[in-house]
Amino acid sequence: MRYIRKTSYLQDIRLVQHRGHLLWYGLALLVVFTGPLWLDRYLVGEFALVFIYAIAGLGLMLLVGYTGLVSLGHAAFLAIGAYTHAYLLNLGVPLPVAMFAASLFSALVGGLVGIPTLRMTGIYLAVATLAFAVIVEQVLVHWESVTGGFRGMAVPKPEFLGLDISSPAAFYFLCLAILLGSMVLVMNLLRSPTGRAMTAVRDSETSAESMGVNLARTKVLVFALSAAFTGLAGALFAHRLSYLAPDAFTLITSIQLLLMVVVGGLGSLHGVIFGAIFIGLLPQGIAIFRDAAPTAVAQIPGLEPAIFGAMLILVLIYEPLGIYGRWCKIRLFFEEFPLYRKSTYKRQKSFLRTERLH
Amino acid sequence: MEVLQLFISGISQGCVYGLIALGFVLIYKATEMVNFAQGDIMMLGAYVAITFINIWDWPFYWAFPATVLVMAAVGVVLERVLLRPMIGEPHFAVLMLTIGLGFVLRAAAGAIWGNEPRALQTPYVGEVLRLGEAVIGYENLAIIIGTTVLCFLMWVFFRFTRVGIAMQAASQNQLAAFYVGIPVKRMYSLVWALSAAIAAVAGILTAPVSLVDPLIGFVGIKAFAAAIVGGFGSMPGAIIGGLLIGVVEQFAGLYLPPGFADMSAYVLLLVMLVIRPQGLFATMQKKKV
Repeated sequence: MRYIRKTSYLQDIRLVQHRGHLLWYGLALLVVFTGPLWLDRYLVGEFALVFIYAIAGLGLMLLVGYTGLVSLGHAAFLAIGAYTHAYLLNLGVPLPVAMFAASLFSALVGGLVGIPTLRMTGIYLAVATLAFAVIVEQVLVHWESVTGGFRGMAVPKPEFLGLDISSPAAFYFLCLAILLGSMVLVMNLLRSPTGRAMTAVRDSETSAESMGVNLARTKVLVFALSAAFTGLAGALFAHRLSYLAPDAFTLITSIQLLLMVVVGGLGSLHGVIFGAIFIGLLPQGIAIFRDAAPTAVAQIPGLEPAIFGAMLILVLIYEPLGIYGRWCKIRLFFEEFPLYRKSTYKRQKSFLRTERLH
Repeated sequence: MEVLQLFISGISQGCVYGLIALGFVLIYKATEMVNFAQGDIMMLGAYVAITFINIWDWPFYWAFPATVLVMAAVGVVLERVLLRPMIGEPHFAVLMLTIGLGFVLRAAAGAIWGNEPRALQTPYVGEVLRLGEAVIGYENLAIIIGTTVLCFLMWVFFRFTRVGIAMQAASQNQLAAFYVGIPVKRMYSLVWALSAAIAAVAGILTAPVSLVDPLIGFVGIKAFAAAIVGGFGSMPGAIIGGLLIGVVEQFAGLYLPPGFADMSAYVLLLVMLVIRPQGLFATMQKKKV
């Protein structure tokens, strides 16, 4: 058990809390940076996908995990990022500029959607974002001059300054670099006053407002930021797919993104990474399961979404804190052995969280 | 004349949305939970009816109440097994749990009944009623009449019966209702049974019009839009929101370019959220300190 002696308030917002962090995260970085050396070529590609999911997950985590707003339509921002990126690349815009523009445009749309919808909370927002996602999907299908409709849209190979980055290893490093950059951005955001305001909004809007947090501004800002990260992930996702069609960005994609942050553990950045690994590698797991299971089970159509759904239910009932929460519990168990109390993580139940007046 | 015809089919489609929306609203009012799987419960209801009528050859008028009862039981089981442990958990956790439930139900229906669309055999299929130049299919008429009757029954239930009033009390203030001796948990089960039963009725009524496949539950999303347009938490609002969306959708299909018909419900929802976020029949206000 480590006790940190605090001598200054600034210690609380340091990125690196103690030396142990440096050691363990350094080791983790070493492992991911040497990944392509010892990973199978196929798995290198799969891990690039995990990084892309993680970038989108960062965006969604800001929204869901840190501000307490639920979006059922984040696939729309993924789509906006992907299509903008591909469209600009086809016009001959250089890669970083296109990527930045994709992210910016996504943020802009996010902000525009956010201004009217964020006056409401909870389910209203969830459904409004869902409606928005359906509209975006229809626009993708019917605005053929730009998106190519169902025929789809080819994405040029990624290259920068004459350097081809379409090989799995190069793409892996591209995604990794962007993921790490985004993580640093988000970590810094979270320890800034804006980040603290977000958490305050999540915990109680009323008390946040009385502490002087501008609710509307904070919510719209977070929504736009969340859209920006998801759009950035969309730009990378476009390269991963290499051919864009509207059916890659449906409700299922949105739910998958949401599943990622819930399974990983809401309200932690570790959760994003755990969730991304889970979502990214789950299809492999299902494929293995299909091979092993008897044919009657393996041939059920729509088995994959059903497993996603079942996972969601099981996690929400049995481990609402997600994988990261479970890890924290296990760690605490060993740190406090034999004094671990189960009730440490017991949450206060609240009855009638109503906004209604009678 | 075309307008009247469109209007009638809009109303009949809108009734289906309204019925599903009614299920949403019931559960929301009573338990403050949002059941996103309501559309999929409707799908399940339609399949149970198909099993009874098409496969087991039961007469329609026997199969109808049997389906409703079976689905009410399914509602109770779902509440007991999945939703009871979630009482007191955050709102969106329940929302996502029901989304997950929807996925599972869809796959289960696909596994049991297959993915190809099926038609429910009804005694009234194919017959039409002529009103001047407008033609109403009996199946559409059945939807409209069924919805009206159901709404009346619901009104009587909540207005005059002891259980209905207890349910209202539980929905208004769970703690206070508990203190005066209302078995709030049992009310929860009952509400789920009721809303699953309504979904079953919606499923049976809509099955002859649109073929049944595991994906018909997605109309639940439109019904959700209807519930919000009507003002989430208001039962007449749910029906009227449903009718509004049904009618708008029909007209958008005729007068606007392709694609707009599918989008119109959501556009209406977003417009509504911008100009009157509390919905047509507001029952909710922002909490004041």
